[in-house]
Amino acid sequence: MGGQHASVITAQPTATTSVAGSRGHRRFWQAEWFLFLLFVAPNVVIFALFTYWPMIQNGYLSTVRWDMVSPAKIGVGLANYEYLLTNAGFRTVFINTIVFTVASVGLSLILGLAAALLLNQPLRWRNGARAVLFAPTLLSGAAISIVWVYMFDPRYGLVAQILGWFNLGSPNWLIDPNWSMPAVIIVYIWKNLGFTAVIYLAGLQAIPRDLYEAAKIDGAGPLWRFRSVTLPMLSPISFFLIVTSILNTFQAFDIIRVMTQGGPVDSTNTLIYYVYEQGFVAFNAGRAAAAAMVLFALMFGVTWLQLRFTEQRVHYG
Amino acid sequence: MDRLSNRRWFGVWQVSSYGLMLLLVLLIGAPLLWMLSGSLRTTREIYAVPPVWIPTEPRWQNFVDAWNAAPFDRFYINTIVTTIGGTSLEIINATLTAYAIAFLRFPKKNWFFLGLLLALMVPSQVTILPNYITMANIFGQNWINTYQGMILPGASVAFGTFLLRQAFLGLPREVLDAARVDGCGHLRLLWDIVVPMSQPVLVTFGLISLVAKWNDYLWPLIITNTENMRTLTVGITYLFDQEGDTQWGVVMAASIFVILPLLVIFVFAQKYIINGLTAGATKG
Repeated sequence: MGGQHASVITAQPTATTSVAGSRGHRRFWQAEWFLFLLFVAPNVVIFALFTYWPMIQNGYLSTVRWDMVSPAKIGVGLANYEYLLTNAGFRTVFINTIVFTVASVGLSLILGLAAALLLNQPLRWRNGARAVLFAPTLLSGAAISIVWVYMFDPRYGLVAQILGWFNLGSPNWLIDPNWSMPAVIIVYIWKNLGFTAVIYLAGLQAIPRDLYEAAKIDGAGPLWRFRSVTLPMLSPISFFLIVTSILNTFQAFDIIRVMTQGGPVDSTNTLIYYVYEQGFVAFNAGRAAAAAMVLFALMFGVTWLQLRFTEQRVHYG
Repeated sequence: MDRLSNRRWFGVWQVSSYGLMLLLVLLIGAPLLWMLSGSLRTTREIYAVPPVWIPTEPRWQNFVDAWNAAPFDRFYINTIVTTIGGTSLEIINATLTAYAIAFLRFPKKNWFFLGLLLALMVPSQVTILPNYITMANIFGQNWINTYQGMILPGASVAFGTFLLRQAFLGLPREVLDAARVDGCGHLRLLWDIVVPMSQPVLVTFGLISLVAKWNDYLWPLIITNTENMRTLTVGITYLFDQEGDTQWGVVMAASIFVILPLLVIFVFAQKYIINGLTAGATKG
């Protein structure tokens, strides 16, 4: 085997003659496309087994009723989708997903841009501040969520303490259905603010200085320069951040699983948690698969939009 | 006069900027300090109002109790095995595939490219259910609660492949051509020239992958059901479900077990990680 490999790589007549016998045989091993296949094979096989095939299988599962154990899967057509469409619980889940996504993405973009503008100034220690800001993005969502449950404790938690300084009482964050979603959103923003800030910071530093000089000569004040130079120059980055953040929030699972388990009374149950709950808690494979298809459709739509808008920057082949 | 007020205005601006920066650092850093401080509190200090930031007598016993409350040695081994296994496979797959699509001729390469793009659009969260079913009976074996079952579904890469391909195409052509003229074959070209020259982007991708694997939660949660096979992130969740708010000191100490290794890596490698992420955003 090793010898054959060597003949492939060197692609030189002198090196191959000793190994390969007939001319046709040699041409086969020398063919570049064979090496191509060899190189991409592991990746492709794993994708086929654990991405493409499951996608098809998931489509099939969404048309059956099955408890994940019994040998028989009962075909039910589109009944699972019909259930999701008409079920009030799923409507709540869908709305929760939208609320969570819009609030998390919107606020982490706005706050991230604000933080980036702040750290873009020639301040001392700003690299240290950037490091602190970025650190939470790298930490385990599960471990961090546990810390936040303690932080949100209405009597002994830090959040209650800080609210107390302003003479505000602490809500029962994780027990009150009206406050659980804001709590989860706060944690998500805390964890992902550093990402948007760091990306925005890089974008700000890439804006050519002469644009600001030109605007200054035209008599533009700081606010006007921000509106006419900074914001338009950042728009490709904002677009990138909106797309990646939406995709990330759709997949946010650990925070919800640890902090609220989708509760109380489904107030933080989002699509991804619903898929898990239906599949692995309620053992309702059909409904889980149908919900997963809804999630996939949403994410596919967002990615497709991104590809359309950045087509000129993606090079095929 | 005008200049003086300008300077005063500048001073106010500077002071408020530093003030805001301090506030930002405190807001973001507070939960981490809270965790550290909480891990050293006695039960009485846990329930103190106002909270005790610096425990009078640090209770190191919390760490011992946490370590004994669950098989953390197993959790560490499982996490390290799956992280290193998964990251290595991702790097190998991404490097080989990226080299192939960057430098090797192949009919219908565009189709292959689209296939990868498609894989990029199927998030792993959507395929967990069928993958779990596959793992329960794969090649006639049951891979639930096994390392291969935990690692393999995440061993293929689309994102990293694109990242590396971009970097490979940016390598100086003269060097590659010179090597080829010298009779350098593709394997040697890859190993002796492309890989060493792409070291920064490989390190960056490796770190991003490492962080993702270490923190991975949903798949290990589903594919393991014995305590012995749990990873740190899953193990700590079950510990938390048991101990809840009764043992905050112990639970905070356990959280530190999970995040400390990554925090240490971050201190040394943040430049690489941030560079990699920003490259993805600004170059598209």
